Amino acid sequence: MADEKKQQTKNEKIPRQPMPEQAPKVRARNFEEVPTGQSPETAMKEAARCIQCKNPACVTGCPVGVDIPGFIKHVQAGDFTKAISKIWEKNSLPAVCGRVCPQEIQCEGRCIVGKKGDPVAIGNLERFVADYERANKKAPMPEKQEKTGKRVAVVGSGPSGLTVAGDLLLKGHDVAIFEAFHKPGGVLVYGIPEFRLPKDIVFSEVAGLEKMGASIELNAVIGRTLSLDELFEEGYDAIYLGVGAGLPTFLNIPGENLIGVFSANEYLTRSNLMKAYKFPEYDTPIIKGRNVITLGAGNVAMDAARTALRLGAETSRIVYRRSREEVPARGAEVHHAEEEGVEFFYLTSPVKFFGNDKGRLQGMTGLKMELGEPDASGRRRPVPIKGSEFDLACDLAIIAVGAGANPLLTKSTKDLQLNKWGYIVTDEATGKTSKKGVWAGGDIVTGSATVILAMGAGRAAAESIHKYLALGW
Amino acid sequence: MFKIVKREEMAGGTVIMNEIEAPLIARKAQPGQFVILKATEEGERIPLTMADTDPDNGTITIIYMVVGKSTALFRDLKVGDVYMDVIGPLGAPTHLEKLGKVICIGGGTGVAVLHPITRGLKEVGNDVTCIIGARNKDLLILEDQMKAASNHLFVCTDDGSYGHHGFVTDILKDKLEKEDIKLVVGIGPVPMMKAVSNITRQYNVKTLVSLNPIMIDGTGMCGGCRVSVGGKTKFACVDGPEFDGHEVDFDELMMRLQAYREEEDHSCKIYGK
Repeated sequence: MADEKKQQTKNEKIPRQPMPEQAPKVRARNFEEVPTGQSPETAMKEAARCIQCKNPACVTGCPVGVDIPGFIKHVQAGDFTKAISKIWEKNSLPAVCGRVCPQEIQCEGRCIVGKKGDPVAIGNLERFVADYERANKKAPMPEKQEKTGKRVAVVGSGPSGLTVAGDLLLKGHDVAIFEAFHKPGGVLVYGIPEFRLPKDIVFSEVAGLEKMGASIELNAVIGRTLSLDELFEEGYDAIYLGVGAGLPTFLNIPGENLIGVFSANEYLTRSNLMKAYKFPEYDTPIIKGRNVITLGAGNVAMDAARTALRLGAETSRIVYRRSREEVPARGAEVHHAEEEGVEFFYLTSPVKFFGNDKGRLQGMTGLKMELGEPDASGRRRPVPIKGSEFDLACDLAIIAVGAGANPLLTKSTKDLQLNKWGYIVTDEATGKTSKKGVWAGGDIVTGSATVILAMGAGRAAAESIHKYLALGW
Repeated sequence: MFKIVKREEMAGGTVIMNEIEAPLIARKAQPGQFVILKATEEGERIPLTMADTDPDNGTITIIYMVVGKSTALFRDLKVGDVYMDVIGPLGAPTHLEKLGKVICIGGGTGVAVLHPITRGLKEVGNDVTCIIGARNKDLLILEDQMKAASNHLFVCTDDGSYGHHGFVTDILKDKLEKEDIKLVVGIGPVPMMKAVSNITRQYNVKTLVSLNPIMIDGTGMCGGCRVSVGGKTKFACVDGPEFDGHEVDFDELMMRLQAYREEEDHSCKIYGK
């Protein structure tokens, strides 16, 4: 303890190293990544701020339990190869997590250094180490165990599916990943924009799994193209379902079917997966709004509002029915959005959309709210202020108020137990479903959550699948 | 990659038939279901209802009219060329049951979509009257196939160059007047489906239409294909593509189909074909 104190005093002199970023005005008009990455020197300087706690609180905040002081120690010493190997022990997608994890409520939120000042920039360090390795390719691939001859089908190639695949490959099992879209990566590719997570990073992670022996079947809609029982008939010994939530939520207010009103899923899929931002080089079009309203204030809403700016919007506004304190998005995303000029209308609820005689959106009527008593979620419930309706002009509105459980697969699989919202019921510790040989994890179990939580679920399920393949159900 | 094994031009080259190797889809597909196709890396995902499937040979057949850049790209693929992506079978299959006298009515390339449904309705024991139409004789497709798939076939052309001079709805009205029709399936351009539904509503005869709105994933994920049916929002990709014609808001559908008119024209101009 005394040592930690001494170290702390010494390192307090080093300020948290800033992450270089494109200037807000510039980046708000391009799709390049916003943070540009740190130099090895900066990373080492930042790493030196870590006081190497004996009982590291940061690790307890990490859903997959990365040995954070362990990898940071290697960064301090400038041994980035050892650092990546240390991260890989627990996390197969560090380049992704360094960019999209909500560090402020996880590792960095618990960092002891952060008690008195700024926490160690664990996310930035993770990102640096992963990017360094991707550029230099020096670290040995993790050792694969001897082939078991067992075959596992992973349904969905998002963060949880990729994690399961990686873990089971290392344990010597054959893994086939089935993806409904024409590109692998799930939400990392169709949902998160290029400026926050470059797609090359995702594809390089997927390529890594292929190098380790995974096969990837694209355009395979499990539940339609093949059923779960057919996968078993084809000889798979176990199945992991990581299909995501994947059902857009609409507001059920008048005017919602006007041209120019999108679900965030559609808007982002058009832009990210189909590359509509490169239209007409890519064939999929998108409506480039001049005045854009995004409803909701989660990460998806930030992504949509910021995409709209990059597609040329003059105004991009977030309309949220609660207040600034309740915003669920990652701090960095809100900060970036504000810097780029996204305007926030808090305590405002949408009432209706209206349009012209051609069915094109022209505006939205909003209603002002005030905070009342706390609701079931513990957050103060927004209550409408009578007579406070007002109109906001817009030609594009994006609904980003969450997602539900897509029933495509679950409905076609009769013996899979679901909860009342349609999510798959699983054993919390193992991810086992009610159907023998089938596991599930990620958003199709929990509802919309984070990349890292989906990965955590994948990790636990992989462990359980491995045991099952050796010992039985 | 999905190879084209057979290709035919119909209706003076404005309509194309492709038979495509897709064994998994061919094995599973049922009448009324659709696939999504994407020709190239940069291409759009285009939903098309299958006109036929051959599970033994592992092929599916699509028939489409060349209307924009994406279908022009499809048109320029030759036998031996490949579609980069084909996804399916998607959507709910047609509910096939023996009802008695049934009318299948198709316009334009809707006739292609109607083909497996007509055959399916006949196979389960219905007496199927098929009415197909086109603007003129040269634009008429699948006459022989529809004849084989149904019990009675009527052909109409708008200009009278072949068969009945007039609209498919003329014959439909006549049949509804004289016979006890249990079900009408109408597939074609939206205005035609609207007209068919308006007529059958007067006779209180159940009517199915197959909708083809703008779509991205085809799995219920994006909601782009939403249509109003009986005042409720439905997703054509998973709740459809077939709906009760008496409940569909056709005007909203027509409006939504115009969403990217300008962009489509621009793409076509650049493609220059």
